[in-house]
Amino acid sequence: MPQTTDIVDVNATIAYMADELRPRLAQHPLMIGIHTGGAWIAERLHALLGLTDPLGTLDISFYRDDFSRLGMNPQVKTSNLPANVEGRHVILVDDVLHTGRTIRAALNEIFDYGRPASVTLAVLIHRDGRELPIEAQVVGHHLKLKKNQHIKLLGPEPLKLEIQEAHT
Amino acid sequence: MKRDDLQFDSHGRLRHLLTIEGLPRQTILDILNTAESFISVGEREIKKVPLLRGKTVVNLFFEASTRTRTTFEIAAKRLSADVINLNPSASSTSKGETLLDTVRNLEAMHTELFVVRHRESGAAHLIAAHVPEHVHIVNAGDGRHAHPTQALLDLFTIRRHKGPIENLKVAIVGDILHSRVARSEIHALNTLGAAEVRVIAPKTLLPTAVEKLGVHAYTDMRAGLDGVDVVMMLRLQRERMTGALISSEQEYFNLYGLTQEKLSFAKPDAIVMHPGPMNRGLDIDSAVADGPQSVILPQVTYGIAVRMAIMALIMGGTQAESAPAGGRRT
Amino acid sequence: MMGIVIKGGRIIDPANKLDVVKDLYIDSTGFITGIGKAPEGFEATRTIDARGQIVCPGLVDLRARLREPGLEYKATMESETRAAVAAGITTLCCPPDTWPVIDTPAMAQMIQSRAWRFGLAFVHPLGALTQGLEGKLLTDMAALEEAGCVGVSNALEPITDTLVLRRAMEYAATFDLTVYLHAEDPWLRNSGCVHEGEVGTRLGLPGIPEAAETVAVARDLALIEQTGVRAHFCNLSSARALAMLTEAQKQGLPVTADVTAHHLHLTEHDIGYFNTQCHVRPPLRGLRDRDALRAALKSGVISAICSDHQPHEPDAKLAPFAESEPGISGLETLLPLTLKLVDEKLLSLSEAIGLLTAKPAEILGVECGALGIGATADICIFDPKAHWILSADKFVSRGRNSPFLGWEFNGRVTHTLVGGEVVFELGAAS
Repeated sequence: MPQTTDIVDVNATIAYMADELRPRLAQHPLMIGIHTGGAWIAERLHALLGLTDPLGTLDISFYRDDFSRLGMNPQVKTSNLPANVEGRHVILVDDVLHTGRTIRAALNEIFDYGRPASVTLAVLIHRDGRELPIEAQVVGHHLKLKKNQHIKLLGPEPLKLEIQEAHT
Repeated sequence: MKRDDLQFDSHGRLRHLLTIEGLPRQTILDILNTAESFISVGEREIKKVPLLRGKTVVNLFFEASTRTRTTFEIAAKRLSADVINLNPSASSTSKGETLLDTVRNLEAMHTELFVVRHRESGAAHLIAAHVPEHVHIVNAGDGRHAHPTQALLDLFTIRRHKGPIENLKVAIVGDILHSRVARSEIHALNTLGAAEVRVIAPKTLLPTAVEKLGVHAYTDMRAGLDGVDVVMMLRLQRERMTGALISSEQEYFNLYGLTQEKLSFAKPDAIVMHPGPMNRGLDIDSAVADGPQSVILPQVTYGIAVRMAIMALIMGGTQAESAPAGGRRT
Repeated sequence: MMGIVIKGGRIIDPANKLDVVKDLYIDSTGFITGIGKAPEGFEATRTIDARGQIVCPGLVDLRARLREPGLEYKATMESETRAAVAAGITTLCCPPDTWPVIDTPAMAQMIQSRAWRFGLAFVHPLGALTQGLEGKLLTDMAALEEAGCVGVSNALEPITDTLVLRRAMEYAATFDLTVYLHAEDPWLRNSGCVHEGEVGTRLGLPGIPEAAETVAVARDLALIEQTGVRAHFCNLSSARALAMLTEAQKQGLPVTADVTAHHLHLTEHDIGYFNTQCHVRPPLRGLRDRDALRAALKSGVISAICSDHQPHEPDAKLAPFAESEPGISGLETLLPLTLKLVDEKLLSLSEAIGLLTAKPAEILGVECGALGIGATADICIFDPKAHWILSADKFVSRGRNSPFLGWEFNGRVTHTLVGGEVVFELGAAS
């Protein structure tokens, strides 16, 4: 039975992340959120940090590594990068960092748009279970979950975290 | 006519695209929605996504066509697939390889997707019925029967420029009798619930019992275009005179060629479409083809995105509704 | 006297208006020697138990192509006459469009003697109406008749010159030969391969309009009336043409007609998505036409059912529809499809058997299709209750091209006798 978790106060965590990211404002960063959860969080961060460039959003469906197995989800949202990434410092935002495959796909996609000066990863939830050598520089909350548990961000309003048990 | 189950695999996923007949409404919408996402790929610097990397797509064109073949090639390459173009001779009297033998030889080269164009109706179905499970067929036009990718890109164009199909009256003008484009358009428009579909042509170019396809038939442009939102012009092959199907190009253009005057019979904001290549001065007047109501050039761009969507959906299958939330591994 | 006795079967012989459960006696020379009562001194060398089965004359098929000579890669006379007897058919008529064409007495004789050699079904050829079937010059019809041709025909090749057609009919009438006609206007046929109707329109296949048949029938009827020739229309397919034929028969014209077993069951809708097994000539038309064919059968306007057997090699059907070759391997479904009409209460069993025996024999003008005392013992014995499904491996014919694969049938041939010899027995090692 999925249960909403009150362990994490999502809004407070986002505020914390904004504080952690504030020093990077000097680099005039470009923020990109990964659909869907990452984009919701990025919207709030973007407002809290008062960034001037419009927020970019990424749908990584075309860069996933499990396309042959699972196929295409027709509900693809368009990736939208309003600004040029060439030479920019990018802040990439996602909701949950788990295996790392989504971030790998996102990096590949960003590099197809241009060559950023740097990419900083900011995630709301950092959980164990990495399958690729990928880490976040800014983490809202660390969580340890059971193998069959998944954590999902619900939204867009209000933002809530939900833990689901997968049936084996 | 029973539903074409050949197009779907045992899990209900789209395996081949042979004809619009038998495609559920949702499948058509999935293709159009996916195509939307692919439009932006064409607008950025690196016009590629790695979706079909390592896969081979063969353009098997028994009937020559540079333009359609090129759009399929571009679409496949933008998906990072490897593309091979083959133009085998389609002579039916030649004692050479049969159609199926040609396909079998190619399968041995480990091709995942064949895009097939053939001058005989039913060729794509025949091939699809005889390929192994992992091979996919996209029909790029079979005789007079179907040209599903064209119909889908036309639907995409209409949706983009005129909004939901349900509200629209669409007229298809020209050689309906020989047109696979017309047949596929009619099925597609009716499946998406167009308000009305009309065909306009002289009687010699209207097929028997055409109303059974779900259209109203007209022989007069003024009556046929009255109140229409979309005017779709078909290409007339100039050789039709020898078959005693039309009298002269002059008379055909006078009666059915789309001029500014005839276009005024339709709604003032009607759009003009043509699958190409156009016969200027026969199907359509240059002024109209290049005019403000024409969406003929955008049709070409959309064609690439729609074909990318079709290939992506066929090659990877479609995520089932019941896929768990954990299916997307983060 | 020694011979074979068929015991306890229900003898149905429409030619002699017989429908009775009795024993049938055949002498050793191959003639029927008694019905019901054993002739004096009869000794059975073999007894066939036919209880619960139907005993009828060996079936007479008005049109079957044996592919020899010329198309042996599709089938041979041996394979097809063997298939015929396995289906209860003991007499076949073959059209003249072999290669070379049957336009010389030598060809006519060759075909008959070759068939004779195998000792299976009898084959009666039709002679060509024009030399090479080209529609220009007359053939030596008297010589062809003498050589055994039971009629003349231009098969599927059109005679476009109406004057030639008139002359050919007059010439045939001179020798009292029946002209077998395939009514189809070649220009209206154009390059069509399906009925010109809603299915053809949807599938984008070039259509053959009904007018292609009615135009030709009208022309042919006018010339039949003019020339007084006896004519038989092969395989009409449209309701309109049947109406014209009905009128002609009412006016006393000497015209008969047959229908194929498949046209009585299938329509254009059975083509589905380009099923080439349904590619036939003339094409499968609409429901209205099929119903008219059935009604014409009942009313007697059509007096025979035939198979129009055309065995093909697999490649002939493995092509896009318009490029596939038309024709069904029909011998083995002739009786089953006819019996289905009995199941569907369109015909009585006796009427059905008549349409496959007495009536076609009458049209051919050959003594067969009957079981009187003294008649040649060409006999078909079938179990009307045997339930079976047609599958590709069950075909005896070399051609497995049939849209009826997978169909369920009631009624299966158990024994076939030709000239008093058992040439087919179900379940026996061949």
